[in-house]
Amino acid sequence: MTATTGTTGRREVVEHSTTSLQDRRRALKARRLRRGWVALALVVPAALFYGVFVLRPLALTFQYSFYDWNGVTGATWVGWENYTRLLHDKEMLGSILNALELIIYFSFVPVILGLFTAATIRKFAASRLAVVSRTVLFLPQVIPLVAAGIMWTWLMASDGVVNQILRAIGLGALARPWLGDFDAALPAVGVIGAWVALGLCMLLLLAGMTKIDPALYEAARIDGAGAIREFFAITLPSLRQEIGVCVTVTVIAALASFDIIYISTQGGPGNSTLVPGLEIYYLAFFSREIGQASALAVAFMVLVLAIVLPIQRLTKDVDS
Amino acid sequence: MIISRREKWVGNTLLVVLMAVTILPFITLLVTALHPAGTYPSGLEWPKVMHWENFVTAFQSAKMGKLLWSSVLIVIGVVPVSIFISTLAGFALGHLRPPGGRVIFVVFVLGLTLPFQGVIVPLYFQMRDFGLLNTRWAIILPLIGLYMPFAVMWMRAHFVNMPTELSEAARMDGANTWKLFTSIHLPLSMPALSSLAILLFLWTWNQFLLAVVLVDDATMRTMAGALGAFQGQYGTDIPLLCAGSLLILTPTLIVFLVFQRKFVSALLQGAVKG
Repeated sequence: MTATTGTTGRREVVEHSTTSLQDRRRALKARRLRRGWVALALVVPAALFYGVFVLRPLALTFQYSFYDWNGVTGATWVGWENYTRLLHDKEMLGSILNALELIIYFSFVPVILGLFTAATIRKFAASRLAVVSRTVLFLPQVIPLVAAGIMWTWLMASDGVVNQILRAIGLGALARPWLGDFDAALPAVGVIGAWVALGLCMLLLLAGMTKIDPALYEAARIDGAGAIREFFAITLPSLRQEIGVCVTVTVIAALASFDIIYISTQGGPGNSTLVPGLEIYYLAFFSREIGQASALAVAFMVLVLAIVLPIQRLTKDVDS
Repeated sequence: MIISRREKWVGNTLLVVLMAVTILPFITLLVTALHPAGTYPSGLEWPKVMHWENFVTAFQSAKMGKLLWSSVLIVIGVVPVSIFISTLAGFALGHLRPPGGRVIFVVFVLGLTLPFQGVIVPLYFQMRDFGLLNTRWAIILPLIGLYMPFAVMWMRAHFVNMPTELSEAARMDGANTWKLFTSIHLPLSMPALSSLAILLFLWTWNQFLLAVVLVDDATMRTMAGALGAFQGQYGTDIPLLCAGSLLILTPTLIVFLVFQRKFVSALLQGAVKG
């Protein structure tokens, strides 16, 4: 309603050209202010949910991290003690190192494999097989990660398909219960993550490649560039933004992994696949060390920002 | 464009291998699900007799009907509200641009890379204080909040690109802000809205962490959360576990296959913007 009167007000101003410039300015300002309030009111519901269920818990995580609290009885202030313990605790530090190692499998493997595949099929991206592959390769993105975990747990069991294939091609010596092996468990979990991310990365990169001007490739061919030169001189530089997107999405998936590991290894054997997300869950809801869990959560969020923000900067600046 | 025969051959082979690797786990799941319940089949081995009744057993013992209904209720609670309030906010921040709007937007964007684990501990105590622990509200309400950074950014990106002339013309005709929104901008945002709806549906349906932490009763969880409980219960009965997993996968797979075009483009765009 207010805005309607605002508009009629404007008409009057236009009609009575005798009104002074000052009055006109004042009316304009008042209307802008009124519309400003209406606009802000529209943001309120979203801001309310965001404030209550994200910002408030976020602030509380910081607060809890300075207390020793079991969630039931009174909490005692301990200052930075939870943080110093974090720096000396093998289990918690190990979980962070594991998450960093997972980046190799969750991020580098699918991005590099995706680049390679996309570059090979770039020229016939519209063929029938390629179109069918879009649907098929997307399947891992659609199913819950938990389901991916269950499938692969079964595939990588002692009698699973992976070992069956290894034995069939004469590599039976390598066969082992992958997820139960101290050295193999983390890479094995990584394989699950790579399987999930590969299709998305490949299709994102392929979509980026189809946007590259074909004239560039023609020119390169005339200059006698081979497929490899072509890839490094044209494809790779033009894909900066898409690669940035793939790396960002997959790195966050690696650092924040929880579902797959919860289902397939629960962090074991030993702590060989423990990641911060799972450790926070164990600390808070099993050992009831709320303060320690929160300190780890804070360190974990800082780590995510410290890794993701530079990637974003690196890949976005070029465009603008 | 010249495509040499060899290039095409190499590319197609690669594609087929990739697709095989993607499909293999699904096939293994199906084949294993057809073995007699309680046995421990080895790898990819075709069963002598197809035990389709495993699906019935899994459906009944996992209370699949209840689970489906629970997930549907959660999706109904989360998706429409999220879309509605994020569209309002996106419209205000992207199109009306009120004073202070930039700052508000930056605060929303800050939440984009936030892993849910960072807030899960206080969320648990907050839901306990609200008395909502072990109810579906414990999943619904926080999810709406947690989706806001992405949803608001998505809708703002859409409204930023709408020409201002459109609104000016409507204002000339005497439309107020609400009228402008409902009769001009809302109909024009349907493509952006439906993509967002697909993404939010998928993320809600597959949500695991919140379900596991905030709701103990598996029949009040999302499908993915229930799958976790199902594994704990039938972890030793591999064929039944596989049959149950397949049943839990089926609804999303059906929705995906029906709307595949929209899904693929929504997920690709979602990744680019996120």
